[in-house]
Amino acid sequence: MSLRTPLATARGLGSAKEGVDHWWKQRLTAIALVPLLLWFGFSVALLGTADYYTVVGWLAHPVNAGLMILVLAAGLWHGAIGLQVVIEDYIATEWKKITVLLLVQFAAVVLALAGILAVLRIALGV
Amino acid sequence: MAGRAKPLSPHLQIYRLPLNAILSITHRITGVILALGAVLVVAMLIAAASGSQAWGAMYAMGAHWLGQIVLFGFTLALYYHMCAGVRHLFWDAGYGYELPTARRSSQAIIVVAIVLTLATWAVAYSVSGG
Repeated sequence: MSLRTPLATARGLGSAKEGVDHWWKQRLTAIALVPLLLWFGFSVALLGTADYYTVVGWLAHPVNAGLMILVLAAGLWHGAIGLQVVIEDYIATEWKKITVLLLVQFAAVVLALAGILAVLRIALGV
Repeated sequence: MAGRAKPLSPHLQIYRLPLNAILSITHRITGVILALGAVLVVAMLIAAASGSQAWGAMYAMGAHWLGQIVLFGFTLALYYHMCAGVRHLFWDAGYGYELPTARRSSQAIIVVAIVLTLATWAVAYSVSGG
């Protein structure tokens, strides 16, 4: 027996009204990533065996720096949302699930920040 | 029905997955692989921002034959996930659910992913002169 009434234990477990937003963000980032990753794949291929100064010079161009930042932001966002679904599907134990979810989200933010700062450092020549 | 074996309950390890099911699980697996690839991309960018020495170390790993195989795998995973993802967008819009259509789009996904991968590597090897 518990001190809590049945109503109290059921309250708050319903829809958080966030499902559609999650679904929509995954599609939004997916659509953005199609042109972005085609650009990324073929740009890296075009650089080929280019030396350090060519690569840095290429990345310093505002268009390339801007697109690279978008690749990082959209890609890591899409990845974090996608991994969330995979984690929720396969990890049944609540505390383990929440721990892994937190780690993935923290990692996505750290990677995005580090990657964007690296691009900015090259683009701004600091 | 006489003389015809009754279907047995399928299990993942015995049941022959239909083409669409194979593509579905591959989409998820490539998604997880690409999340790992994102770590590599960020590492490359940090190396580029850190100077020619750090870049050189990362570059040497990528230029090694083992690194080339890994990079080729990431390229294939990327284009596969992109093509299968585009089909998901069509499905979201309500198109392409008929079985023959789904089968044809599955085949198209495989072909386009391989063509894009080979095209990307052909570009890479042609600019760097082999």
